[in-house]
Amino acid sequence: MNSFLTLVKRDLLLAYRSRGEAFNSLIFFGLVILLFPIGISASEKLLAEIAPGLIWIAALLASMLSLDNLFKEDFHDGTLEQWALSHHSLISFAWARLLSHWIITALPLIIIAPMFALSLNLPTEAIGVLIISLLLGTPLLTFIGGIGVALTTGLKKSSMLLPLLVLPFYIPVLIFGASAVDVSADGWSAAGQLYILAGLFVLGITLAPFAVATSLKVSVSQ
Amino acid sequence: MNILIKWYYRLGAPLWFYPLAGKLIPWVAALFLLFLIPGLYMGLVTAPADYQQGESFRIMYVHVPAAWMSMFVYLAMAIAAVVALVWRVRMAEIMIISAVPIGASFALIALLTGAFWGKPMWGAWWVWDARLTSELILLFIYLGILALYNAIEDKTTAGKAMSILTLVGVVNLPIIHYSVVWWNTLHQAATVSVFDKPSIHIDMLIPLLLMATAFKFLFLLILLLKMRANLIEQDVHSGWVKKIILDKQAEMEKEHD
Repeated sequence: MNSFLTLVKRDLLLAYRSRGEAFNSLIFFGLVILLFPIGISASEKLLAEIAPGLIWIAALLASMLSLDNLFKEDFHDGTLEQWALSHHSLISFAWARLLSHWIITALPLIIIAPMFALSLNLPTEAIGVLIISLLLGTPLLTFIGGIGVALTTGLKKSSMLLPLLVLPFYIPVLIFGASAVDVSADGWSAAGQLYILAGLFVLGITLAPFAVATSLKVSVSQ
Repeated sequence: MNILIKWYYRLGAPLWFYPLAGKLIPWVAALFLLFLIPGLYMGLVTAPADYQQGESFRIMYVHVPAAWMSMFVYLAMAIAAVVALVWRVRMAEIMIISAVPIGASFALIALLTGAFWGKPMWGAWWVWDARLTSELILLFIYLGILALYNAIEDKTTAGKAMSILTLVGVVNLPIIHYSVVWWNTLHQAATVSVFDKPSIHIDMLIPLLLMATAFKFLFLLILLLKMRANLIEQDVHSGWVKKIILDKQAEMEKEHD
């Protein structure tokens, strides 16, 4: 537990010292959202209708692209190998890494998401549900994505591979996340979707670290 | 010695597996034809035309077995993945990587025949129906596993990574399937479905079961062929391949004499 906290603290401190990097995924998030009104239509009614799915897809892509450097540095400078050799388990390492990665990349995104939601005319009643659904859903995206990163981390040409591995497994999160916002924008209760999302959240954060740790072990032994 | 352990070691040995598979292949091919020919004949000729769909329902005899097989192959791969990860059986990894393209092909066949079936029935090549969408996602998962295996040069690592991804997939597939079903019922009215009817007529069912059995043997046949090919390809420089080549040469020389 101690090593877990130390690792999280170290990652957060490192991220704080190089704040510029954390903004990259935010800028990407904004850019993707910008593309849709330009590419599809600026009609306010249409945008309000597609806003829930659109914000969720943008968040999903931003979260996936930020994953790329999750274990890369640790892999190349040998930190990962030392962890695998030490008496600390790789599971707690994976847990700490994924948690701090989520705090660094996804939390700021959730904070600014309401601003973009308003720019797309999403009804204000749905903003609360949007935040809750992102709070429950984005950790899942990070944790599931972590499995893909752990599997591809030792590879030289892996940039196109990660989305191939990870995107199919993102589909349930997208379905329930976008639908929760969609339903609440229409004035209904989103409790059902949020409960399922919470269920998936618990399942994901308990099981995924095992898969991440096993995959890291395979990548290190390469 | 426990018979299970004995089998386990034997199946783990390529030298033992390779000739056995070679001996099995003609028998499996014969069984495949044995089920395929009556299945096709009954399905295409003797089964009565559907009262709603006319003759075009006959594509079902390829579509449905292919769709069933695309799931069956994944299940077989998942079991092999457990065997590969827990007992470190290399043959199980060979089995997975040989099965992936077969499963992907079955999924693709199911999607294509579904499109050909959908055009006259629904008036569209593709509808975002729950079954079609899950099948498409399954195809993408197959392709992802294949891409991961091909991207890793060291095949021992590739086999392990692929087994992990296969297991992650088997945990996720039911979740994906049910969330897609849920999404689908929410967003659009239920589409025409043959199997929602209470029952299928016995004259139509028999050829379907024959075809399903034929497809099982087809899978086994291609799997054995591909496993042999993959084994030879990976072990080109190892002793057992040389031994097999030498044995074959000796056999041929004997025939010449």
